[in-house]
Amino acid sequence: MSTVVESHDHGHHGPAKGLSRWLFTTNHKDIGTLYLWFSFIMLFIGGAMAMVIRAELFQPGLQIVQPEFFNQMTTNHGLIMVFGVIMPAFVGLANWMLPMQIGAPDMALPRLNNLSFWLLPMAFGILISTLFMPEGGPNFGWTFYAPLSTTYAPSTVNFFIFSVHVMGVSSILGSINIITTIFNMRAPGMTLMKMPLFVWSWLITAYLLIAVMPVLAGVVTMMLMDINFGTSFFNAAGGGDPVLFQHVFWFFGHPEVYIMILPAFGIVSHIIETFSRKPIFGYSSMVYAMASIAILSFVVWAHHMFTVGMPLAGELFFMYSTMLIAIPTGVKVFNWVATMFRGSITFETPMLFSIAFVALFTIGGFSGLMLAIVPADFQYHDTYFVVAHFHYVLVPGALFGIIAAAYYWLPKWTGNMYDETLGKLHFWLTFISVNVTFFPMHFVGLAGMPRRYPDYALQFADFNALISVGAFMFGLTQLLFLFIVIKTIRSGKQAKPEVWEGAGDLGLEWTLSSPPPYHSFTVQPQVK
Amino acid sequence: MAYIKKVSAKLIFALPLFFSSLIFSEKSDYNMPVGVTDVSESIFELHMVIFWICVVIGIIVFSIMFWSLWKYRKSKGAVAADFDDNFWLEIGWTVAATLVLVWMAVPSTQVMVEAYDDAEGEINILITGHQWKWHYEYLEDEVGFFSNLSTSQEQIDGEVPKGEFYLQEVDEPLVIPTNTRVRFLITGNDVIHSWWVPDFAVKQDAIPGFINTAWTNVPEPGIFRGACTELCGIKHAFMPVVVRAVEREEFDAFIAEKVALAEEERMLTSKVWTKDELMERGESFYAVNCAACHQANGQGIPPVFPALEGSQIALNDSSKHIEILMEGVQGSAMAAFGDSYSEVDIASVITYTRQAWSNGENGDGEIVTPQDIVAYKNRIDL
Ligand code: HEM
Ligand SMILES: [Cu+2]
Repeated sequence: MSTVVESHDHGHHGPAKGLSRWLFTTNHKDIGTLYLWFSFIMLFIGGAMAMVIRAELFQPGLQIVQPEFFNQMTTNHGLIMVFGVIMPAFVGLANWMLPMQIGAPDMALPRLNNLSFWLLPMAFGILISTLFMPEGGPNFGWTFYAPLSTTYAPSTVNFFIFSVHVMGVSSILGSINIITTIFNMRAPGMTLMKMPLFVWSWLITAYLLIAVMPVLAGVVTMMLMDINFGTSFFNAAGGGDPVLFQHVFWFFGHPEVYIMILPAFGIVSHIIETFSRKPIFGYSSMVYAMASIAILSFVVWAHHMFTVGMPLAGELFFMYSTMLIAIPTGVKVFNWVATMFRGSITFETPMLFSIAFVALFTIGGFSGLMLAIVPADFQYHDTYFVVAHFHYVLVPGALFGIIAAAYYWLPKWTGNMYDETLGKLHFWLTFISVNVTFFPMHFVGLAGMPRRYPDYALQFADFNALISVGAFMFGLTQLLFLFIVIKTIRSGKQAKPEVWEGAGDLGLEWTLSSPPPYHSFTVQPQVK
Repeated sequence: MAYIKKVSAKLIFALPLFFSSLIFSEKSDYNMPVGVTDVSESIFELHMVIFWICVVIGIIVFSIMFWSLWKYRKSKGAVAADFDDNFWLEIGWTVAATLVLVWMAVPSTQVMVEAYDDAEGEINILITGHQWKWHYEYLEDEVGFFSNLSTSQEQIDGEVPKGEFYLQEVDEPLVIPTNTRVRFLITGNDVIHSWWVPDFAVKQDAIPGFINTAWTNVPEPGIFRGACTELCGIKHAFMPVVVRAVEREEFDAFIAEKVALAEEERMLTSKVWTKDELMERGESFYAVNCAACHQANGQGIPPVFPALEGSQIALNDSSKHIEILMEGVQGSAMAAFGDSYSEVDIASVITYTRQAWSNGENGDGEIVTPQDIVAYKNRIDL
């Protein structure tokens, strides 16, 4: 009897107290907060690994770490940034914003939501613990090509496989929840083509995740069998095929890279329309572009494998299909520019990050286009040129999208305005250091420096020193971001419900108070 | 027809190339090398064409964007328009983007067809990636050798100054003749490696169980330096590729010398070896090829790399010992040495490990001769 009353109390009068609030929460905002803090912590762990890498590469020669540890750093840096930072941050944003943007009280499957989150610390706890085991952690690159990751791997690879499985379960459960929420809990009147673009971007992303996470699970299971049960999926000596690994991996891997950028497309669209004070240009073409990017992403995977020895027709097919993706991607960029055109523009921190997103993501798109050109890719492949490409799309792309979202919605979440001066400082330091770090990588790559090298020839020394300086600066600057976020949570000018001038009619989230009530919309709003 | 193709390709290349030649010199620290073969030059030109197309598109898009940001800033009193689509504009830029891509695809396809050609070469060389060195075998003459990094560990550790070709030098480079079609057959022995020589624009993965092909035709003598570009373990950065292209006569002399050397090796196989001779040779082979894992003192690094001292196989089972050396151990890091080293080397290292440390006293101390290895090979062939 009393328990019923108690849960009734909790249900309607705000969160539980203490640790149990976070352990047992089924509230979309609490879970969103957990996801965001988790990814923020992982950003610093993965970032520390990047600092080790850049410290070693500051000069030619081996001075700080040995190659064995260096390989563990590159591998875990990649895995943590992809699966532990970018993806959870987007899920955190989805948790916070989807119910508020579609006029729902919470996510459709709140208990599943709790499980999806708590699987993550477990998965990464296992992954990171391998670094402290005698044989060391995974050292075969975040793409873990067989047989380096099977026959020749340290035995801790089994922990790695298990942790990938757990991450996969978490992502799939999260996606099911998101799809269910979007289809069932929209406010009356919100037809599909009236959904905010962030909601659209997540709907498409969630489908991509459900389609490809099982493929990743499949490929690691095949590894597990090769390692422990004597199968030969990827073992040539037993009649298997090491290239099969790459096909399966990249069939997951290429959609995965779009999983890491589509939600940012949604976020940036909202921010640009807010600060241009003008509705997004070409809403429906934005939706169609995201859908076609998602569909095309299933037929381009072998552009990561141009040097494995495919037949001519195969090389050409994957070149053309990859070039095709540039069309919808270009359309999105044109639409953002057209939204700014004839707007009334102000430059708050989220807008600065979004403008930088458009410019620098486009540079990443250009290098992607160059990489798609097969014969030229023979020269680019597995050099720092590729490293430059994917860092341009992932750091000033995906990560800037996340940072912009944090600034854009932080006043809504906390009820406090962040410190605009510090925000701008954060932006400029980040913008400069990101370019100092990643732009010269194009040059060393073209000049011939292969990736995943702990040591290099002398002609690459100058650029590498510069890159390391940029990287340290970038790393330090993110401590400022941490400071700004904590400061905003604790204090700051009271934020109005609409937060940004004129945002009131841009989306349902701006009709709620700042901070919003614990159960966002208890009465469904009507969308005209 | 071919002529028209050539001319149109030239036209597509000409303008951007003109600009690029102003900015990038031939051997550059910040751009792709032009290289020395026809294929590498075509690829360089293609790279520059695509690059300049991207630059032009970038300039157009970014100038419109930054101009809008400047012109329509609110602080200057800009009032927002409220249009949110324009059908023909959207169709227009989609079509324009498509046309630009087709413009890029045409020369790309041409260069790809030029680079892709798996016909036989006049000279065919089997390249095998090993952890962490390359093995080259001239298929016509049946001679081969390993090519190891020759930069010293002291240079790597910073104890002595680094040389000019730090990490880009080997004990024995691959030698190929100029003005000859050379075909490379590329494979891997353990994990996947990738054989890259930027000046030839040849990069092919070396995959165990598969043979990939690539080819080149180098017009002038020279030394060309490349690298392994697929992560292959601890010493991925320490297995460079060096190719020396020489005139045909010099090449023939080089091969003749290699053939003579191989003949000498074969003589060694049939000669009668004493235990001491085998021990001496075995000890140095062990130090170079085995000690990294099994350790100089034979204790290994259990559980991954087993100890050889006191191992039952090394003590009492010489036929199993031979089999392991020849075939490797499935599912472990123990490679099959049989195909890569001579009978003399295999026999001497087996003899050495059966005698060394305490093994000689505690086991049967059997001596394995090169003839035993030949016998083993013949048995397998049956
Ligand atoms: C216009 C769009 C794009 C094109 C044409 C493109 C093309 C390519 C190509 C051809 C490669 C393989 C290069 C090589 O290994 O030789 C590549 C690598 C990569 N791309 Fe993209 N890309 C595009 C956008 C993106 C986006 C949006 C992301 C992620 C947000 C991304 C992430 C990556 C990553 C992570 C790799 C490297 C994976 C690895 O080998 O570790 N790309 N891209
Ligand atoms: Cu891809």
